[in-house]
Amino acid sequence: MNPLELGRFALGAILAHPMRSVLTSLGVVIGVAAVVMMTSIGLGAQQRVTQAISGLGSNLIIVTPNFQRGPVSQAAGAGVSLRDADAEAIRKQVADVAAVAPVVRGQGQLAADGANWNTRIEGVTPEYLDARDLTIAAGRMFDEREARQGRKVLVVGATVARELWGDDDPIGRRVRVRTVPFEVIGVLESKGQSGFGQDQDDVVLAPLSAVRSRIVGRRSRGDSVQTIYVKAADEESLDRVQEDVINVLRDQHRIRAGEDDDFQTQNMASILAASQAAVGTFTVLLAAVAGVSLVVGGVGIMNIMLVAVTERTREIGLRMAVGAKRSHVLIQFALESVALSLVGGLIGLAIGVGGAFLVAKLGDWPAAVPAWAGPLALGFSVAVGLLFGAYPSWRAARLDPIEALRRE
Amino acid sequence: MIEVRDLRKIYVMGDEELAALAGVTLTIERGEYVAIIGPSGSGKSTLMNILGGLDRATSGDYRFEGEDVAHFSDDQLAEFRNRRIGFVFQSFQLLPRLTALQNVELPMIYAGVGVAERRARAAELLERVGLGARMGHRPTQLSGGQQQRVAVARSLANRPDLLLADEPTGALDTRTSEDVLALFGQLNAEGLTLAIVTHDPEVAQAARRRITFRDGLVVSDERTGVPA
Ligand SMILES: Nc1ncnc2c1ncn2[C@@H]1O[C@H](COP(=O)(O)OP(=O)(O)OP(=O)(O)O)[C@@H](O)[C@H]1O
Ligand SMILES: [Mg+2]
Repeated sequence: MNPLELGRFALGAILAHPMRSVLTSLGVVIGVAAVVMMTSIGLGAQQRVTQAISGLGSNLIIVTPNFQRGPVSQAAGAGVSLRDADAEAIRKQVADVAAVAPVVRGQGQLAADGANWNTRIEGVTPEYLDARDLTIAAGRMFDEREARQGRKVLVVGATVARELWGDDDPIGRRVRVRTVPFEVIGVLESKGQSGFGQDQDDVVLAPLSAVRSRIVGRRSRGDSVQTIYVKAADEESLDRVQEDVINVLRDQHRIRAGEDDDFQTQNMASILAASQAAVGTFTVLLAAVAGVSLVVGGVGIMNIMLVAVTERTREIGLRMAVGAKRSHVLIQFALESVALSLVGGLIGLAIGVGGAFLVAKLGDWPAAVPAWAGPLALGFSVAVGLLFGAYPSWRAARLDPIEALRRE
Repeated sequence: MIEVRDLRKIYVMGDEELAALAGVTLTIERGEYVAIIGPSGSGKSTLMNILGGLDRATSGDYRFEGEDVAHFSDDQLAEFRNRRIGFVFQSFQLLPRLTALQNVELPMIYAGVGVAERRARAAELLERVGLGARMGHRPTQLSGGQQQRVAVARSLANRPDLLLADEPTGALDTRTSEDVLALFGQLNAEGLTLAIVTHDPEVAQAARRRITFRDGLVVSDERTGVPA
């Protein structure tokens, strides 16, 4: 016989009880909607993390002191800080480096024209802009000479400019940073919120030596820095540059073979990969939990299909009496179950996609419905229909025609 | 056409064995019109179901046109029921969701007949049983006699070699019984082989051969020649 006819039989049975069919597929609707929503939200989170991390600068290696250093090297007295000399050494000895930017950090009160603002103060060199992918919106960055001389000039972030001067032009203004007077020479292009919720515009940049002598003060050694940013020339050289940086620094710090580093390096690519993996795991977990409801939906279908087989025992007997083979009955009921599940899957997909966009809109969260959500949802619903329809269909197919016909 | 030898059907219920058929031997030739009568529980339906390929005997031989039906596989039996046998039940056994036309189409769908052809044939058959004006009706919208005529039309769908009817008039009143009976008479006159189980003397009268059952055995087999 024409297999399409079996599909027609299955559809006929489904359409004979529209309400019941809808209720039967409700479990799959909810399951598929949940899976689609969860994966979309997870993927959105992944994109946001990616955005946040790449916002820190591309092809970037971050070198920081390692405070978890072993007792042996501590006894050697090498100290925990990075130094200007380390940055110099990296610049001179490592190939394919686009920028090396040592940073000294502080926090402090800014006072100007009657307004006050507490912000992050970063003592940097001009290369810092390159390293962190920052640009100047107005005015200029200080140059090498100004940096070396420790001139008291400031490049301010957009938030700082707004808080202190509102809409007025900040260029040329005098600011007291912890009582030390500075002059504003530039404003940074806004970078907005970082993905971690930090305002990246709430910062001021000043020459490293000025910050070191005037603001960080005597609390640290005269040539120490907190972080060295190293920007590789391109993505391909990132790993090699990182290795070279490690070797140069071990050399600088006279760390013998077998001893641990007294610093650590992180490259943005590996941070990105690690966070994405973490978010990915989380997403899979969410989807798995949502998948449980899909299983529950499948059990719902199985339940109703078993009822249908009982209800329609006489029909099955009659079909067999006029020539249906066991395989025909099996396929008819399996198709019915798959169709119920598939319709549930389609509705669930629509709800899931809609829900993901709604969450995105309400929660200021990127909506990222993956392209494979559709095929996945439909594949899953077909699988659920087959899996949970198998037993009822088998029960239908193995009925004895005579007994089935006699059933009331 | 049909050769049955020493056919037995034993039902085991707990410790007891019940022989619904206790060794039936008979032959039915092409073109015959056979009535099977006998008291309730004598094994008439059991025989019909086995002849129609709906059930299997416990032992014994069943040949249909020389084919060994007793050893058919499930699929072969399904095909046998579909192509060779037309079955009419006492309780009509129409599918309630389908129209008269669709009910008649059903055996042809399993036989793989295309839409246009089977629709035409179903309409022709319904016309034939006098239901040309009721093709779109569902079983619940038809009287008992009409339903049974739809069932007869369905049994004829794939041009069977043998029509089996188990008390086809059992649920009908006298007048509608006569209609159905007249239909059987016509079909037999056209060459169709018929075997009908009945309690109705009038039906039995119409047949040209009467086989009487008792306790799972054939106790008499008489030919009455052409009925008046
Ligand atoms: N599935 C079954 N299990 C056990 N016994 C059965 C079964 N089917 C039939 N029988 C028994 O087999 C015997 C013959 O039954 P069958 O239905 O063939 O009788 P019948 O001649 O058709 O009777 P009636 O005229 O009442 O329809 C009966 O005693 C019945 O109880
Ligand atoms: Mg009977």
